[in-house]
Amino acid sequence: MTTALDATKSDTRSGAALHLHMYRRMLMIRLFEEQVNDLYTRALMPGLAHLYIGEEAVAVGVCEALRPDDYITSTHRGHGHCLAKGAAVDLMFAELLGKEAGYCKGKGGSMHIADPATGNLGANAIVGGSTGIATGAAFAAKRLGTGQVAVCFFGDGALGQGVLYEVMNMAALWKLPVIYVCENNLYGEYTHFSETTAGDILARGPAFGVPSEQVDGQDVRAVYEATRKLVERARAGEGPSLLVVNTYRYMGHHVGDVSREYYRSKQEEAQWKTDRDPIRLMGEWLIAQGAADRAALDKVHDEVKAEIARAVEFALAAPYPNPEEVSDDVYA
Amino acid sequence: MSTLNTEIAVRELTLAQSIKEALAEEMRRDPRVFILGEDIAEAGHPFKVLTGLVDEFGPERVLDTPISEAGFTGIALGAAMTGMRPVIDIMFGDFIGLVMDQMVNQAAKVHYMSGGKWKAPLVMRTTLGATRRSAAQHSQSLHAWMCHIPGLKVVMPSTPYDAKGLLKSAIRDDNPVVFFEDKMMYRLKGAVPEEEYTIPLGVADVKREGGDITLIATSSMVQVALGAASLLEESGVSAEVVDPRTLWPLDEKTLIESVKKTSRAIVIDEGYGRYGVTAEIASVIQENCFFDLEAPVKRMGAMHVPIPFSPVLEDLTVPTEKTVAEAARAICGAN
Repeated sequence: MTTALDATKSDTRSGAALHLHMYRRMLMIRLFEEQVNDLYTRALMPGLAHLYIGEEAVAVGVCEALRPDDYITSTHRGHGHCLAKGAAVDLMFAELLGKEAGYCKGKGGSMHIADPATGNLGANAIVGGSTGIATGAAFAAKRLGTGQVAVCFFGDGALGQGVLYEVMNMAALWKLPVIYVCENNLYGEYTHFSETTAGDILARGPAFGVPSEQVDGQDVRAVYEATRKLVERARAGEGPSLLVVNTYRYMGHHVGDVSREYYRSKQEEAQWKTDRDPIRLMGEWLIAQGAADRAALDKVHDEVKAEIARAVEFALAAPYPNPEEVSDDVYA
Repeated sequence: MSTLNTEIAVRELTLAQSIKEALAEEMRRDPRVFILGEDIAEAGHPFKVLTGLVDEFGPERVLDTPISEAGFTGIALGAAMTGMRPVIDIMFGDFIGLVMDQMVNQAAKVHYMSGGKWKAPLVMRTTLGATRRSAAQHSQSLHAWMCHIPGLKVVMPSTPYDAKGLLKSAIRDDNPVVFFEDKMMYRLKGAVPEEEYTIPLGVADVKREGGDITLIATSSMVQVALGAASLLEESGVSAEVVDPRTLWPLDEKTLIESVKKTSRAIVIDEGYGRYGVTAEIASVIQENCFFDLEAPVKRMGAMHVPIPFSPVLEDLTVPTEKTVAEAARAICGAN
């Protein structure tokens, strides 16, 4: 890991600098995802993409509360988590386009971005599939005494997977430094979570003795504060916790899911976008606080936009892997 | 055993003892190695393979888990990716049904999917083998499932000597390795030298030399094949017994050389024959030895039925020394 020397340093950003940084990170994810959608609709991107638009405050609020060497596991809707944990946009785009320069040499694609340098154990395309990996990373951190914590991102859909409860049980038994972050974006694919999820989500943690709380996932500062306390707790050896983050997926389950009226109304979507947009809310808050003015935020927008444009240009021009590499890396 | 130096082979261990010794040596050698599973610490595992390990290494390195095979396999994988070298104990091979997502979709793929950035150095020990009167959910030999998946290695020891050397190599391997032990063979004794040794994965062993027919046998079926070879000797048939020892990587060269020499082959494996290990190895032989063969390659495996409970029925489901010898005689035209 090239960042190993600095990896255990706590984030030194605070106050306005931290808040502006979080704003920029959310905007980067938003513009990244809009660019992905554009690449897909222009048939420049193979496969599928599951966009994170609307949920940016979750990834950024959580990851800003982590050390660079802390671990995360991500999901099929993982671009936001990877970027928030420090992934570079050019290598992300290269991977999404199946290029050699991508994070996984083009072998993983949109749903499998992994990067040891930023503690990213990998996005995972099996719902609930990474819950064991995240818990195991916390296990190793505790055994090796590294002080690292692991964050396991999963969606409300994963609440139906048994392995989540198996590992939560063991994490509690062994007091592992893992934070289970349930992003409840209200929909598992094309079904409202209330149709698939019995009982109270928050009650699931206490059943295992795992403290649980919920937070407004459109408020990046609230997500950051909630996570910070749970990370502190985990690092102090007090064990796992469950953070339920209430948010909303603006787009479809994947880029091709464009006719959504059969499972949710346009009015519902419009309401979230108008009233609860995490980037707009943060921007307004920054201005109200006097931490930035409109011109400063516009400048951030332009800078991020330019960075995204450069990254896409790089990725589109980057070469594909050589055919003979197809059999490389099956075994270590 | 052709690989054994007889000058130093004075000590005999059971298969169970050799496995425990391999684990203990590797745990002494590398503090990152630990084992986890159900009832493995004070209980020492239901087959008593691990008795006493907890006394030397403590409950943190001989870790009792809840009955949550998928969960603790996933935890082991995460620990393997981040600096540990876990050895997972899955009590019965039948229970791998519970861990398939963790092994197939996660452990097997993490290195490839990450472009070689993350490694998963873990070993999953489990069992195979029928005739223990344990019925359909505790008697299967499901190793072919694991052989089917790129990214996994599959080890099938047939002697205490092989078990120890192969397990040490498996633990030192940087890939997920599935290690199948025949539960009926735990008390089988064999020479195991005091001196440290390892056996590389992917090297077959000729367990008995012969000239008329090659019996390619795995795990539990190696002793069956050796017994059949003795019966065949009485009929004037000279059988060579070849044990691949690992199903992936597969030492095709040694298998091919033997069949080219004898020009006849039976493949014997306790898994189901259909779409199984015997089919794969028979295919390797016909692809490479077609013009050397005097007879079609015969396959012998478990009958295509759930393993029944009644001893009268169960014993019909797996190859025996007698049925293997009969098949070999028929192929060789002997009486």
